[in-house]
Amino acid sequence: MTQLVDETVLDRTLHTALRTGGDFAEVFVEDRRTTAARLDDRRVEEMVSGRERGAGIRVVRGATTGFAHTADLSEDGLREAAEAAAAAARGDAGPTNVVGLTRQDAPRPHEVAVLPESVEKARKAELLARADDAARSESDTIRQVSASYADARRRILVANSDGLLAEDDQVRTRFFVNCVAVADTGMQTGTEAPGRSVGFELFDEIAPEEVARIAAQRALTAARARPAPSGKLPVVLKRGAGGVLFHEACGHGLEADLVGRDASVFGGQVGEMVASPLVTVVDDGTYAREWGTYAIDDEGTPAQRNVLIENGVLTDYMWDLQRARKEGRRSSGNGRRETYQHLPMVRMTNTYLLAGEEDPDEIISQTPYGLYCVALGGGQVNTATGDFVFGITEAYMIENGEITEPVRAAQLIGNGPEALRGVDAVGSDFDTWAGTCGKDGQGVPVSSGQPTLRVAELTVGGTAGA
Amino acid sequence: MPEPTTGHADLLAVAREVATAARPGEQIEAYALRSHDTEIKVFGGDVESLSVAGIDGVGVRVVVDHCTGYAWAGSLAPEVVADTLAEARDNAAFGAPDEHAGIASPADFAGIEAPAVDLWRDELLAVPVSEKVALALEVERATLAADPRVRGVESADYGDAAIEAAVANSLGVEATSRRCVASVAASAMAGDRDDTQTGSGFSVGRTPGELDVDQAARDAALRSTRMLGATQPASRRVRVILDPLVSRSILGLIGSALNGEAIAKGRSMFLGREGEQVGAPAVNLIDDPTNPEAFGAATHDAEGVPVRRNALIVDGVLRGFLQNVYSGRRCGVATTGSAVRGGFKSAPGVGARALHLAPGTRSLDEIVAATPDALFVQSVSGLHSGTNPVSGDFSVGAEGLVVRDGAFAEPVREITIAATLQRILLDVAEIGGDLTWLPGSAAGLTVVISEMQMSGS
Repeated sequence: MTQLVDETVLDRTLHTALRTGGDFAEVFVEDRRTTAARLDDRRVEEMVSGRERGAGIRVVRGATTGFAHTADLSEDGLREAAEAAAAAARGDAGPTNVVGLTRQDAPRPHEVAVLPESVEKARKAELLARADDAARSESDTIRQVSASYADARRRILVANSDGLLAEDDQVRTRFFVNCVAVADTGMQTGTEAPGRSVGFELFDEIAPEEVARIAAQRALTAARARPAPSGKLPVVLKRGAGGVLFHEACGHGLEADLVGRDASVFGGQVGEMVASPLVTVVDDGTYAREWGTYAIDDEGTPAQRNVLIENGVLTDYMWDLQRARKEGRRSSGNGRRETYQHLPMVRMTNTYLLAGEEDPDEIISQTPYGLYCVALGGGQVNTATGDFVFGITEAYMIENGEITEPVRAAQLIGNGPEALRGVDAVGSDFDTWAGTCGKDGQGVPVSSGQPTLRVAELTVGGTAGA
Repeated sequence: MPEPTTGHADLLAVAREVATAARPGEQIEAYALRSHDTEIKVFGGDVESLSVAGIDGVGVRVVVDHCTGYAWAGSLAPEVVADTLAEARDNAAFGAPDEHAGIASPADFAGIEAPAVDLWRDELLAVPVSEKVALALEVERATLAADPRVRGVESADYGDAAIEAAVANSLGVEATSRRCVASVAASAMAGDRDDTQTGSGFSVGRTPGELDVDQAARDAALRSTRMLGATQPASRRVRVILDPLVSRSILGLIGSALNGEAIAKGRSMFLGREGEQVGAPAVNLIDDPTNPEAFGAATHDAEGVPVRRNALIVDGVLRGFLQNVYSGRRCGVATTGSAVRGGFKSAPGVGARALHLAPGTRSLDEIVAATPDALFVQSVSGLHSGTNPVSGDFSVGAEGLVVRDGAFAEPVREITIAATLQRILLDVAEIGGDLTWLPGSAAGLTVVISEMQMSGS
């Protein structure tokens, strides 16, 4: 495949960017094609195609980054953007040296078997009808079904004044089903949305019917659920369902940009015990086929497996290029951006709490009273205070060591460091969950994962009296 | 780099050229957008990043034999626009036929005049970047200076956008729009390592000159410092006073359930409840994009239909829903001029632009002075993970102050408040007189809810 922009053009653009001085310049080129199809109300409503290509150019000078972007990938378009970025960085010195470009591609974490553009649109649309039929066949009380298929192919190229030249070709595919069940108490919904960094072979592994069945059953369960309790309870998180807790409780707080602003409760705590000794957390951008995986990040750094917390001890933060340069160390491969129109910043990839040794069933049977969470709807954290929330969308009561009645959707709230210290049982199983992480207005694909585990105490925000 | 322009005739020309390419039996709607954005982040008295950029793009909807296809591209280059039309045509072959599918026709809004709102300010484009940088530095400085207990500023930003758009379709509907918006914001960190609290403040206007930097800084400082020493209270049922920023967010959720498409597809808690008492008698909910004070004000909607004032809940009784052309046909009513789109990357959906409750009379201070016991909620979190406009389930993280004997008392954190959206509307005990237009599609005001479940320790 041809390179997105010719090497000599990249070289001249970097020279233009540093013509008035600066410490660092970078050209990030992106070409993204997407296809989406949506079924709702028994009809394939719409097939949508999208195309976006352009370049973002940044010039770093001291503490200031100048940034400009353009959809025009011609040499003139790139030069204008480079001049705008240089002006924004307030450069007024002589030219800065640009090191000759050397290709530094990283190994691909896995191969994509079936590129999305090689699959006829009709086959993508067919998946939706299969999901619709399967969801409705679960029960007469499933009154509405929407299903979506989405794929994206994102080719990126990064060139910088340190001489780096690297490319990546990222493919992602996701399938989404939402069902509405009607009961005496009103309507309830259920959602399931698996996604991986693969092409159409996703559907060799995940049948649309199965996604639909899970979403339908989730809606049916919610329709017979009683109000969730309120107050502090032990909470058992089923494998895969609770990774969001760690994404929020500690992941964001371990991003070096927030630490550097003194806006994280985990600042200055490397080497200290910040969690239960049962807790080992890694962020792994190399995890084959996962939703948050890539070969290089959006600054050209190869993805890595980074251990953040080991047996309860904080080992390191996550880094992007700019924060790492300031500290005189290497980036951990966590510099990401939503599109070429955005500046990169420190972001998670696939963030996991590693499996332990306990039998998942025994964790439940050894819990006299508590909440068992099977599906989550995302969360939010204030890194400066450590307070986080996450929504449960399928959960059950645990009474006398047994899973009993389902409870309705509710928010869980806790404090990151307290929740990490409160992990008192970690199971031997493991699963992951795909989502979109938002930070500073930019959304990027991430996954989270964990074994079945118990947190001794979290506040459950139901409507039932305490 | 696209240059900022003061006219948008070229955008209309792009959209019109696509629309007029319609073949017999084919309906085409084209939407062209250009925005010119500035974003400045400062930290520690330095500019951390300065981004000045133009974005443009096109979205094309094709309806043929009642089947719809859509395509978009992040460019207005003629060859890209032509490719986008070809893709949309191709995509239409994969949609299922829907007798209600289609674009707006002049008959859909016969006799309705577009309001005369002017949301464009030439002066935004004339302000030099250095002045915008100065505003960002000033909001950071003023936040630190506002209170000695503010130990740091987590973020301080200036941003603006000048957005121009045009829509044209093959049935002869055409509209252009343009608007400017500018803002400063700061997030303060107060206290020390053992007790850090955060709070943010902002100011929004259409030009830098309309921004109140000191107000933004004071709000950030107040919201962080008044939370110092916050603890987790015991769970109980409690009267709740919602800050305008919070009521604005809840109103947005309620608005999404008043979407005619959600009604047509049986996916709303308001399904089948038209004419019923869904709120307390004090609840009058209106979407009025003709009000130029609203940040979502507009002359036309995303399908080129003139906007108008829509009363949705009157004296607590549900009176109607928001509709675009498609959802209106599904529901057997006319469009209410409520087509919205999230830029050029999606076809028009249905949504509110300027949702607000009719204000009452008392200020927050007057309401607090008359309240023996309540929870004042300053901010909420997890709004999108803990609420559901289909079922109405509502559970969010919250922080705020206890109100006791007519005055603000101790701060509380790590709590949730929960109810159902249906219950919240019925339990509205008072609406404040402090209507505040905020960025987004809804206005905020102080709202008192007679009872919600608070979860704590």
